[in-house]
Amino acid sequence: MTKQEALFIYTLQLADNCLILGQRLSELCGHGPELETDIGISNIALDLIGQCRSLYQYAAEIEGKGQTEDQLAMLREGSAYRNVLLVEYPNEDFAYTMVRQFFFDVHHYLVLDQLKKSTDERLAAIAAKSIKEVTYHLRYSSEWMIRLGDGTTESHERMQNAVDELWLYTDELCTMNEADQLMIEAGVAPNQAEIKPLYYAKIEEILEKATLAKPSHSWQQYGGKEGRHTEYLSHLLTDLQYMQRTYPNMEW
Amino acid sequence: MSPEILSLEERFQSRIDAEIKIEPKDWMPEKYRKTLIRQISQHAHSEIVGMLPEGNWITRAPSLRRKSVLLAKVQDEAGHGLYLYSAAETLGISRDELVEQLLTGKAKYSSIFNYPTTSWADMGAIGWLVDGAAIMNQVMLTRTSYGPYARAMVRICKEESFHQRQGYEIMMTLAKGTPEQKAMAQDSLNRWWWPSLMMFGPNDAASTHSAQSMKWKIKRKSNDELRQAFVDSAMPQVEYLGLTVPDPDLKWNEERGHYDFGAIDWDEFWSVVKGNGPCNRQRMRTKQKAHKEGAWVREAAMAHAEKRRQRAVEQDEKVA
Ligand SMILES: [Fe+2]
Ligand SMILES: [Fe+2]
Repeated sequence: MTKQEALFIYTLQLADNCLILGQRLSELCGHGPELETDIGISNIALDLIGQCRSLYQYAAEIEGKGQTEDQLAMLREGSAYRNVLLVEYPNEDFAYTMVRQFFFDVHHYLVLDQLKKSTDERLAAIAAKSIKEVTYHLRYSSEWMIRLGDGTTESHERMQNAVDELWLYTDELCTMNEADQLMIEAGVAPNQAEIKPLYYAKIEEILEKATLAKPSHSWQQYGGKEGRHTEYLSHLLTDLQYMQRTYPNMEW
Repeated sequence: MSPEILSLEERFQSRIDAEIKIEPKDWMPEKYRKTLIRQISQHAHSEIVGMLPEGNWITRAPSLRRKSVLLAKVQDEAGHGLYLYSAAETLGISRDELVEQLLTGKAKYSSIFNYPTTSWADMGAIGWLVDGAAIMNQVMLTRTSYGPYARAMVRICKEESFHQRQGYEIMMTLAKGTPEQKAMAQDSLNRWWWPSLMMFGPNDAASTHSAQSMKWKIKRKSNDELRQAFVDSAMPQVEYLGLTVPDPDLKWNEERGHYDFGAIDWDEFWSVVKGNGPCNRQRMRTKQKAHKEGAWVREAAMAHAEKRRQRAVEQDEKVA
């Protein structure tokens, strides 16, 4: 793998995470528990879609094959998406939505905080802009973790279920593949080995405030970054890609 | 009516006539209050139910840029709902009651949202025509006699022009696109044209609330005046797109200086108002489902706020 190829894959990984989670959240607009949460969740979705656009535009330049952001986002096969499994998990209920968000935000924040010092100026600039938004996402999801964890018996139970279920998908965020390794060596990407202890420390801090237990099982699922996805992803892509596939080569 | 009430009503009307805004603490006739609650809450519910037909296409938007714009637009409508519920609350009704009225079908919302969005072009037609028709009405309402409603409208109108522009831009792109895209745009215009004209409500002669609302300056233009203004402003845009409206009687009337248009199918209008439109049932079920499934979240948020309050009290007692 050349450095150029690694940079392309690394950027795509970042972009795909934002796209898939943004797409998941955008399913909820109009269907949430109250108007305020519809607005809050749409805000996060909008930020993530904005971030993925900057990243796809950069990825397309790195690749140099004249692809557009939309072709990268909407015309790949499922196995070519490099997002982690966590973000493709469906919106089972508001607890799942919030726990998924929180598990993602903590990591997203830590990555961007390092990435803004990247030797790659373009990624550094995108990170510097994105971290302002993600600081807010993390505050929002942390507050909901606490509110619902330490709310009623029912909300506590639902949150604990979601934490137990989604826990399986946390460690993948901190894994490093060949592209990651090359980018760490080049000073482009942060070292996940350094992020991992900070990631779990922050999660434990909020779980405790939320009166939620850290899951005792250690079983973890991996594969998203290598294109081995859950059954959920292709359904999400069916919607995401519908127009581009049905009406190819058109301007919108 | 007792003489005191009579004089209060006279004074109220003279304030209205002098263009002084009525504020929440001012005396107002009970019927003025009821009319406003009905109108503002109907307006709020329309913003909320109106999120659904467009929400239907956010996940399938054809490009990332369109996805962002549409999501931002639908999110704005949620914000409009919030402003309007707040305006209604100043008249002494709670948001919970208002939501209850929507979910039990006691309160109405704009019938236009009971039509299905079956293609991407509908995102164009809705932004352009439906938001366009809403703007006609809302611009008038920025000068309505009730202060909080007028001020909510000022905020809302600022965002509405962006909504209409993004809709028209979608239509433009389709109209100058491939034959398939142009057909998609024409089909959408065919389906949304008449329902958009119906948005202004019954003809003036048949409108039950109009005369009193005009006297109280809740409304300042009649349904037919607004409808005519809408047709006059939309037709040059239709022509610019190179599309046609599904009305053989539509033509420019030199003498009147307005477009003439054909008769509206009021049977269809009333049938949709009464609940028999293509999507009335789905829209209601969707909102009821969201409300029911979100109950535990709202309860937990309240319970948590109460726990925090308790803890703060205990903390204060310890310190004291
Ligand atoms: Fe609106
Ligand atoms: Fe609007």
